[in-house]
Amino acid sequence: MNYKIILHTLGLALIIESAGMLLPVICAICYGDMQDLLIYSLCALLCLAVGATLTIIKPKNKTMYSREGFVIAALTWIVISLFGAIPFWISGYIPSYIDALFETVSGFTTTGASILPDVGALSNAHLLWRSFTHWIGGMGVLVFIMAVIPHDNGSTMYVLRAESPGPSVGKLVPKLKSSAKILYLIYVGLTLIQVIFMLFGKASLFEALTLTFGTAGTGGFALTNASIADYSPYIQKVITVFMILFGIDFSLYYLILTRKISSFFKSEEVRVYILIILISALVISLNTNYLYPNFNTSLRHGFFQVASIITTTGYTTTDFDIWPALSKTILVILMFVGACAGSTGGGIKVSRILILFKSIRREIKLAAHPKATHKITMNAKSVDEGTVRSVCVYFGVFMALFALSVLIISFDNFDPTTNFTAVAATVNNVGPGLSLVGPTRNYAEFSNLSKIVLSLDMLIGRLEIFPILMLFSPRTWRK
Amino acid sequence: MNIIVVGCGNVGKKIVEMLCLEKEHNVTVVDTRSVAINAIVNQHDVMGVIGSGTSVDALTDAGVKNADILIAVTTSDEINLLTCLVARKIGKCQTIARVRNPEYNKEVSLFTKDFGLSMIINPERAAAAVIARNLRFPAAISIDTFSKGRAEILKFRIPDNSTLDNSRVADIVGKLNCDVLVCGVERNDETIIPHGDFVLKSGDYISVLMSLKTETKFFKKAGIKSGKVSDTMIIGGGETAVYLASLLQQSGINVKILEKDSNRCDELCNLLPKATIINADGTDNKQLLEEGLANASSFVSLTNIDEENILLSMFAKTITNGKLITKINRIAYDDVINGLDLGTTICPKNITAEYIVQFVRAKKNSMGSNIETMHRILNGKAEALEFRIRENSPIANIPLQNLSINKNAIIACINRNGNIIIPRGNDVMMPNDTVIVVTTALGHKDISEILKRGKFE
Repeated sequence: MNYKIILHTLGLALIIESAGMLLPVICAICYGDMQDLLIYSLCALLCLAVGATLTIIKPKNKTMYSREGFVIAALTWIVISLFGAIPFWISGYIPSYIDALFETVSGFTTTGASILPDVGALSNAHLLWRSFTHWIGGMGVLVFIMAVIPHDNGSTMYVLRAESPGPSVGKLVPKLKSSAKILYLIYVGLTLIQVIFMLFGKASLFEALTLTFGTAGTGGFALTNASIADYSPYIQKVITVFMILFGIDFSLYYLILTRKISSFFKSEEVRVYILIILISALVISLNTNYLYPNFNTSLRHGFFQVASIITTTGYTTTDFDIWPALSKTILVILMFVGACAGSTGGGIKVSRILILFKSIRREIKLAAHPKATHKITMNAKSVDEGTVRSVCVYFGVFMALFALSVLIISFDNFDPTTNFTAVAATVNNVGPGLSLVGPTRNYAEFSNLSKIVLSLDMLIGRLEIFPILMLFSPRTWRK
Repeated sequence: MNIIVVGCGNVGKKIVEMLCLEKEHNVTVVDTRSVAINAIVNQHDVMGVIGSGTSVDALTDAGVKNADILIAVTTSDEINLLTCLVARKIGKCQTIARVRNPEYNKEVSLFTKDFGLSMIINPERAAAAVIARNLRFPAAISIDTFSKGRAEILKFRIPDNSTLDNSRVADIVGKLNCDVLVCGVERNDETIIPHGDFVLKSGDYISVLMSLKTETKFFKKAGIKSGKVSDTMIIGGGETAVYLASLLQQSGINVKILEKDSNRCDELCNLLPKATIINADGTDNKQLLEEGLANASSFVSLTNIDEENILLSMFAKTITNGKLITKINRIAYDDVINGLDLGTTICPKNITAEYIVQFVRAKKNSMGSNIETMHRILNGKAEALEFRIRENSPIANIPLQNLSINKNAIIACINRNGNIIIPRGNDVMMPNDTVIVVTTALGHKDISEILKRGKFE
């Protein structure tokens, strides 16, 4: 294990985080809040100091193997969460550090689950920092490091693979650095477009920025407990569209930019993703029609909620906990489906679900014709057997961890719906669940143990299980 | 530059490794084997495309439309040629194919002229050319040529009792009265670019730049036996042996080939009527002795098995004082093999990769860089680069002693209209000269990079 390169990279991540904290600093200056200014300046300095100290460690040996890549991804996310929680904690808004950590992990992993009983009580700088953690966490801190910091070893591909979601991670262009840059440019571009649309809807710049950060990272932290419910239908529609857009594989946007538009629509994953959204939204709109004054409204809420849940954003325009069982069940299923691979969304990912279903079909065929050969294909290309295997294993491990987490948090003695959806909403990085963790409620009532378990679930969901699991495996640390 | 490498075998891997060191290329690899692609993508900063080089889809995915160079180095000649043809049709890139079948080699002009290929490389023939060069000058372990053959960097081991033993680098010119320059020393595992005060020891491997004229004189004065070999014994009658034998015969060296397959011996007889073909197992030491190994002035082991070649050379070393050349396919263990002191080792795959990378550099030349030739020397730890000095170059017309050059670099030679000048402190580089620089900092693109930073801002 190359500890030096791991520490060096952690240092870089902390420097990036300290730069990110300048945003709330600027915000505090604008709103003239001296206390926030002090807190965020100090925290930024702390991150910078620790980060700079760590980057002094210059690894002589720059080789990185798969295991370093996984460990770097896992540790980076844990460390930036530990540091990112400090402002909430020392400001006194969130007195317990565990709570502050839960809130920050929820931010970086783009979950959007909160322990705050009253979100509106937070000052603007805190709200901006909370939303910004979504934005940087959406595309990934390590991807950002790769885009901006020069590095001269090719093996950082392992890091990208460990941080980026999806069953098989590739590059857009031959150079890793250029790939990371392109990803972030597309990300920044889409974010800016959304901010402009939001401003057209008479949102203030602050609202436009924070809500866009929440949408772009498919996070879900809003500015009030009511989430998006108080905003105009126009803004709700803008957010709906952009949630769907941010849930699509970013490499497909690159194809559009390079004028290969036809391959965008040929993507099986995107087609299925759009199809799922359309069907679910329509069924839910019809199913919930009786709750709303007209079909237009129920259609708007239906689409918003489906987009919000499938992309694992977690914004709400209405309390879906009062919806009929069919609609609620659809939403819970969508939590697991998740967005497309290579997007900022969480969940199991549409492409994995597709591969899973295709291998089920293959198993059935093999039962009838034991000697049949059958290749699983995606986008008319055959999928590597290794990928198929890892998708199946992923699903298995996912479910095992899911059951274990539900079991542990059951000690808090809440009803099964709460336990089930709390874990589903965190491990899939959604945010709100049902019942006690429904859209109008929060995670404050859970015990510290449950909060830690749920925080780990969020990290497991964001980094797709294995980096975090590897941290706990003695094999990883063995010489 | 955008470069596509089709085929991730040993040669492909080596090419990718060398191209990645230069950092400025966008390299995409194409191979049908996903395992090979995954391995290479994990090791180097390149993009992988799984598919056949002959398929338009795979090539389009690899970005052939914007590619500058396509290199086809799969194991099949036909696939390589077809890949290049397809690439020429759908893109505008230059194409390089590895073609090893001697039958196709007769049609080289057809391929390059009518099919539009930029370069055809035959690993066996390239290896044979390098071996032949080494046999013509047996004292050197390796020879790299510059300035259209006018200057060479020769690597050899300083024998015991040589005049070079215990002499300072700065004193060599005076001592031997030869205008040469020591541009690299390998001692144990260290690779050093020596400066004037460095003291050479026997057992060091030194790389010396000299002009062709001074070579014989230098070796004589340095007390190193030299002189052309008169005959050679080749073990293994493969394609390389055929190319080598015909090259050697052209320069009047007698060739004896030991080949165990009698059918192949018949073929060899037809191909090389002047050579002595022996139908015998070259790995049988009695046979070797019977065929006069003790008196052979050179011995080349070219069987397809590395271990056999190494053992043969080790055996030959105990019998004869002649020049030994060993062919090695697997390069990973070169440190171990060098420790055996077997003389020259030749790796055809490396040679192929180097030729191709040289072509890429030359092509880049026309796109703004000014490297004329490039050789990896000192076991790949240093590069010898030949730059052309431009009109407006910041380093032109300044005496070398006034330039502050990095410790890891040395200006080894100035070629002014064909005159080889071994530079001293008061020499200057003039526009249109070509200059050979030896440096352990790999991947230089311009001569100004050897200057200490901040001195020319």
